[in-house]
Amino acid sequence: MTEFHLHSPFSEEDIRRLRAGDIVYFDGLLFGIRDLTQIYMFDQGHEPPVSLAGAPCIHTAPSLRKAGDKWEKICVGATTSTRMERFTPDLIGKYGVRAIIGKGGLHQGSLEAMRKYGAVYLAIVGGAAALETQQIEAVEAVYWEHLHPEALYQFRVRNFGPLTVAMDSHGRNLYEEVKAEAVRRLPEIYKKLGV
Amino acid sequence: MNDFDYNIVEEAAKQLYIRALCDLPPDVRAALKKAYTRETRSTARAVFEAIFKTIEIADRDKTLICQDTGLPIYKVTIGSRFPWNGYEIKTRLYEGARRATQEFPFRSSSTHPLLRVNPQTSVGPGLPVVYFDFTDDDKLDILMAPKGSGSENMSTMHMFYPADGVKALKKFVLDAVIESGANPCPPGIIGVGIGGTADLVARLAKEAILRPVGQRNPDPEVARMEEELEEAINATGRGPMGLGGDVSTLAVHIETAYTHITCNPVAVNTQCWPARRARAIVRPDGAVEYGY
Repeated sequence: MTEFHLHSPFSEEDIRRLRAGDIVYFDGLLFGIRDLTQIYMFDQGHEPPVSLAGAPCIHTAPSLRKAGDKWEKICVGATTSTRMERFTPDLIGKYGVRAIIGKGGLHQGSLEAMRKYGAVYLAIVGGAAALETQQIEAVEAVYWEHLHPEALYQFRVRNFGPLTVAMDSHGRNLYEEVKAEAVRRLPEIYKKLGV
Repeated sequence: MNDFDYNIVEEAAKQLYIRALCDLPPDVRAALKKAYTRETRSTARAVFEAIFKTIEIADRDKTLICQDTGLPIYKVTIGSRFPWNGYEIKTRLYEGARRATQEFPFRSSSTHPLLRVNPQTSVGPGLPVVYFDFTDDDKLDILMAPKGSGSENMSTMHMFYPADGVKALKKFVLDAVIESGANPCPPGIIGVGIGGTADLVARLAKEAILRPVGQRNPDPEVARMEEELEEAINATGRGPMGLGGDVSTLAVHIETAYTHITCNPVAVNTQCWPARRARAIVRPDGAVEYGY
């Protein structure tokens, strides 16, 4: 396990160095997206008004408040990624996103896109919104405001992490490995339980 | 009998929702610390360290631990010598949960099941969920738990036959936990209901997660099953947040009820690592004592 401190947007080289099991912290740009953001983009054909190239995207529905023209954070935490599998290969392939951040992981289609284009899945600690909110320095922009709390958010973060590289750009998926190991141990566990 | 000031119940219902979201019970903190000492994998230890930092920030800033404010659940136990009006208690819990949401303010996680319209109040038809029970003392005991969806969505139940035996129940619980993977934000509490009817078994599983972490079922046979399942779940190696490790659960809690001679029901209700709950004890003179 290696610990990396990166700056976003990321280069392909930054991402290719990361291996499943590594820990990442980063500073810089972070986009927030969710189910509806991606339905709006991909199913309803709206082009993002800002470049996502090289950026990390976190799966979130943030609590924000608007004071005048400015958006301020209340509570920002991560949601389950698995629901958003079908959008992810295009998010990576078409828009150049280099990291997806969330909990629970993604499936084979996303893993293949990560291998092909150079992207990773970074697992965040679910339930740790107090920590994540503190690491967000500013809400720089909210695009597609009418979709809030599932709009497209541009955050600036500092020392954002710890994030575990759970799916890397070399075809490794930590969730699948851990599950396979559990299945391998299962007959022994069943035997001990008497089932 | 009729001069009890029910504003006290409303205020307690409001405070309990906020306290539960911001202040993790001491037994949960202690169980996480203890689990950390036996975790050997470095990535899993990093997860625990982030958990401890989160708790520290929530304590310091009096802020929400997790953004999922959950569905509000109140378990109310009414003493035989407490002067009470059930209708007042029910409506005041509703008002308290609504006011917590709008006055703190935090995100309402409650929505119409078909229209998916969120009134931003955390309440509505059927919400908050309220369980009533009765005992022989002079207290009104209100236990509050906000239940997040990451864990609630992993709930499951099954009606086995008596011929399937206890072993079918054990296998069901273990398989359900393996299937849920990282979604319920492990390591939390695995609540299990055994017996009763289809609806009662689901409620028993929910009541099981409301117990302080690791408090054993008083029935030694059931307590033994809790230990056995705990060991089995931790032996899978799923680990914190499903990323691999020695600690996959903090505790298995089982609640049981008598069932039909031809029924053998089981239900699982998982609870995430922020196993949030808060308690208020209200006295007949209106004094309120907060705890967990």
